[in-house]
Amino acid sequence: MGKNLLRKVWELHKVRTLPSGQDQLYIGLHLIHEVTSPQAFAMLAERGLKVLHPERTFATVDHIVPTDDQYRPFKDDLAEQMIRALERNTSKHGIPFFGLDSGLQGIVHIIGPELGLSQPGMTIACGDSHTSTHGALGAIAIGIGTSQVRDVLATQTLALNPLKVRRIEVRGRLSPGVYSKDIILRIIAELGVKGGLGYAYEYGGPVIETLPMEARLTICNMSIEGGARVGYINPDQVTFDYLEGRRFVPKGAEYRKAAGFWKQIASDADAEYDDRFQLDADTLEPMIAWGINPGQAVGVDQRLPMLKELKEEEREAVEMAYNHSRFRPGQPIKGQKIDVAFIGSCTNGRISDLREAAGRVKGRKAAKHVKALVVPGSQAVAEQAAAEGLPEIFREAGFQWRQAGCSMCLGMNPDVLVGDQVCASSSNRNFIGRQGSPQGRTLLMSPAMVAAAAVAGEVADVREFSRGGKA
Amino acid sequence: MSTSTAQIREISGRAVAVRGNDVDTDRIIPARYMKELTFDSLGQYSFYDQRFDASGKTTDHPFNESRHRGAKVLLVNKNFGCGSSREHAPQALKRWGIRAIVGESFAEIFAGNCSAIGVPTLTVGPEEIDQLMKQVEAEPDTQLHIDLESRTLQAGDFRLSFYLPESQARVLLSGTWDTTTTLLEGLEQIQAAAARLPYVKDFPYDRCEVDLPGGA
Repeated sequence: MGKNLLRKVWELHKVRTLPSGQDQLYIGLHLIHEVTSPQAFAMLAERGLKVLHPERTFATVDHIVPTDDQYRPFKDDLAEQMIRALERNTSKHGIPFFGLDSGLQGIVHIIGPELGLSQPGMTIACGDSHTSTHGALGAIAIGIGTSQVRDVLATQTLALNPLKVRRIEVRGRLSPGVYSKDIILRIIAELGVKGGLGYAYEYGGPVIETLPMEARLTICNMSIEGGARVGYINPDQVTFDYLEGRRFVPKGAEYRKAAGFWKQIASDADAEYDDRFQLDADTLEPMIAWGINPGQAVGVDQRLPMLKELKEEEREAVEMAYNHSRFRPGQPIKGQKIDVAFIGSCTNGRISDLREAAGRVKGRKAAKHVKALVVPGSQAVAEQAAAEGLPEIFREAGFQWRQAGCSMCLGMNPDVLVGDQVCASSSNRNFIGRQGSPQGRTLLMSPAMVAAAAVAGEVADVREFSRGGKA
Repeated sequence: MSTSTAQIREISGRAVAVRGNDVDTDRIIPARYMKELTFDSLGQYSFYDQRFDASGKTTDHPFNESRHRGAKVLLVNKNFGCGSSREHAPQALKRWGIRAIVGESFAEIFAGNCSAIGVPTLTVGPEEIDQLMKQVEAEPDTQLHIDLESRTLQAGDFRLSFYLPESQARVLLSGTWDTTTTLLEGLEQIQAAAARLPYVKDFPYDRCEVDLPGGA
């Protein structure tokens, strides 16, 4: 039997077995940001340790940055202190920092792939659970806590327990209006938010293989929402074409060497897996995660579940979701009024996401009662969007066009829900309070579905919104 | 260089139960309280939005109940600590006074974060956690005694075995749960492993165009 990519990358990066029985793995790329790194730098200072490989460490600022007024100092003094700490720490340790004036700043999981820092066969760590995103390039990318950020800064390694691998095959064909966001929401709904505990998810099969890189990044991004700390897709021609020419990717003869390595790091055709799961994309419709975890999701034409239909295991969390949302069991999700529409985040803040959304709003207007927000995932995405005239399309449709950052995904910056607002959101989590208001309600969906909801003023079926026409 | 962390062999004290599956780290500590450069003041924000309602009034959350004040052991259900990797969550619980968490299952990043700060995450079966929760809710003064070496938990007359991943048990029992020191001991092997990597030796990052603060 052959080996899967996880096994190959693990063996390649293994430094040694630790006395605890865990493996010590070398980390090829360490990405840091302002929220989970200051305490780690303080721990280093306390112990008189230096950063072992500043040249394999890259920093940006994303969680706390305002997306409207980025004039310094920030109005929020706590946010200002956090960006200053990052500026100080990166400058002191010689760590490259993609700051607000670099033209390269953005959400950490957008810029890693975009700059060509994230490459196949690498181990990647970042103090953020959505680090799984980078697995779309064929890397093993691991979300870590702050003590582990300290470990990587000081040693460029992590102590890790081995992971099992579940191969997830997506077969069939995606219908128009159905996106990779819908694939991953459906996978999580089927396998559950705890289904991935102890596993890395390897996504493959005909549908995944035909997806462009940005759509793949969306899938791997939400692996963690299914409980899988790691998700990845084997590198293929799509991967190589995506990487070639990017800023940090080797050029010329070195690129050819790199491509040779990337090809052989992919899972062998006869690779062994600990588990397998298959999804048929033919039956997939646009999905909406309506509850208080991303696994509580239904197709746009479905009704919300009746409590008595559910397994006892799921019932309690669904009951809690109804208590929070005040949605009615059995109500159709389509037609649910929304107050806010948010397009952005590390899940869906890339140029292809903005193009899809812009295509749906062009020539239309957001409903009057809806506050609609488009937040590019990085300064490079913003620049590209501007070159394509997307900001004008969104503004004419009544959307606010913002600057790059995490924005309304997580309630750490001025973009937050107010009271019990209902938000159609292209982000990744609908946890209670996630978007900054403890009473706020989040409906997760694809960016095109958010665009459709913004125009309709309620949850709508994007398949009824042709591109650039009248509904 | 301060390296020593204490051995953790036993935890004794009262317990508090927070019921529910899939309790995410946003619920354990809302993101708005993470705008801090240190973890020092986080204890007060544990379960903040569960403990206070929209008008700021205290709720009947178990962390608000005086009879559970001073509890050292937190009892939970399945997939506790899912979602965001924020170490702020276990740091807040530790600063609230929690020294061990007993549950049906834990999200992986959360369990790793707990281990890294010396808070064991112990796994027990669904009937056992139910019995423990009922007992603690009925008699909050019940003393729990957790012995990591024998993997046993005693709560009043109720005695049970728990599962603790071998790696977590070893680092807690030997006092090496602060991993940096252990990892650094392999420095030569770290450098050797790096030197073998194709992307380090054969095709490193292209840095010719980069001009960034920090001097890439």
